[in-house]
Amino acid sequence: MLKVEDLSVFYGQIQALKSISFEVKQGEVVTLIGANGAGKSTVLKTISGLLRGRNGSSITFMGQDISRMEPHRIVERGLSHVPEGRRIFLQMSVLENLQMGAYTGAGDMEADIEQVFERFPRLRERQRQVAGTLSGGEQQMLAIGRALMSRPKLMMLDEPSMGLAPILIEQIFDIITELNAAGTTILLVEQNARMALSVAHRGYVLETGRVVLADTAQALLNSDAVKKAYLGG
Amino acid sequence: MIFISQLINGVHVGSIYALVALGYSMVYGIIKLINFAHGDIIMVASYAVWYGAVRMGLPTWAAILLSIVICPLLGMLIEKIAYKPLRGSARISLLITAIGVSFLLQNLARMIFTATPQSLPALIPGKLSVGPWTLSYTTLVTIAVAVVMMLCLNLLVSRTKMGKAMRAVSEDTEAAQLMGINVNHTISFTFAIGSGLAAVAAVLYCCSYPQVSPTMGSLLGLKAFVAAVLGGIGSIPGAMVGGFVIGIAESLTKGYIHSGLADALVFLILIVVLIVRPAGLMGVHRPEKV
Repeated sequence: MLKVEDLSVFYGQIQALKSISFEVKQGEVVTLIGANGAGKSTVLKTISGLLRGRNGSSITFMGQDISRMEPHRIVERGLSHVPEGRRIFLQMSVLENLQMGAYTGAGDMEADIEQVFERFPRLRERQRQVAGTLSGGEQQMLAIGRALMSRPKLMMLDEPSMGLAPILIEQIFDIITELNAAGTTILLVEQNARMALSVAHRGYVLETGRVVLADTAQALLNSDAVKKAYLGG
Repeated sequence: MIFISQLINGVHVGSIYALVALGYSMVYGIIKLINFAHGDIIMVASYAVWYGAVRMGLPTWAAILLSIVICPLLGMLIEKIAYKPLRGSARISLLITAIGVSFLLQNLARMIFTATPQSLPALIPGKLSVGPWTLSYTTLVTIAVAVVMMLCLNLLVSRTKMGKAMRAVSEDTEAAQLMGINVNHTISFTFAIGSGLAAVAAVLYCCSYPQVSPTMGSLLGLKAFVAAVLGGIGSIPGAMVGGFVIGIAESLTKGYIHSGLADALVFLILIVVLIVRPAGLMGVHRPEKV
């Protein structure tokens, strides 16, 4: 469904990604794990078109090359990105945030909003409220709800657990599993490797801009190297 | 009595400042650029009215329409040619470019129409008399048109899809792109609206001061810029409030202190705002993201 090949990305002189390749197949939950600065967020930003890969990099989504496409065209193709730090529109209401998510006009907006409210009842209660007044967990739910509004075939989530209480993290990961069961393919970037691997089918380990390990989630959970570096021994 | 009439004068000029200030604020909100060429859009709009009404002999309404059609196009064109190629580069480059565009427009006007000021016919003659009160139709029309424009803008920004997209881009451009918003279109649209409002302001200004010259936009533009900063640059309601406050303050200074001090007072307000409350009356202080 999504295929990344030889992706290299530079910030000025600094090379953030060194020719990485990976793949997400239809129906999967795939996770990219790695420490701070490994380049995880850079991968997602490049796939969504916010950053550009060097010549020779290739990103194909559903058989189409998207590596030179503008970000709004990529969203229209059914690839949505829940960015790191949620990035909801803090000065807009909850409802307006969801309407922005439906900007591409992929589905019936009213019905989709209703669906998001069913999944996240807290958002219905707070729909008229300015999003900046929501708690961290509610903001993450809004960010996911907003991304669902474009009816994505593939959803990329960047650190959805960041800054949340353990109970909320559980909830967010349950939601990810549910979304996947409902047919959305997921690409998940996480520092919380244990949680990420527990919901994923497959995983890739990123270290300073390179893929150093690729395996099924189960195998990665059991791998000594991963245990030592990311799961606390 | 003097107070009331000065106040009405203040609201009259203030509504023109407010319309111009909106353009500054909206453009700043969306690309973080102080568009110093914005004042010169007023000049172009005024020349368009003059050219239409005097040179081409069009009826007044047609000359006004011409001006209100040309300016949004010019605003979008300037953005495409001068600002868009610099997106992502240092803000100071963008600012200097804006000053360059301002000089370009002024000198083009000087080349085409010469530096000699041209006179316009009275666009809205007559005055309304109720008992001891007299009020020129120009004042009434100016305030009414400005208020209607502001109400429309409010509706646009709060209700329409494009308006909400403008707010989204101005709050977080990257996140807006991830929603599928075409940022280029949104920026063009913002320039069009801002320049359109400036054109309306120019027409209203010409009703009161029926003279056009290549540099007429400078001072008016600067004062409107002060109004935008006072209100909180980037804030739409702030620009409106700022415009009225500056207009009234200027008018009261003329009435009670000295008319020569009116301009100085406006810039004194700017200095005080920058020292005391840099975010402006209604602006939100947003620390720079690193």
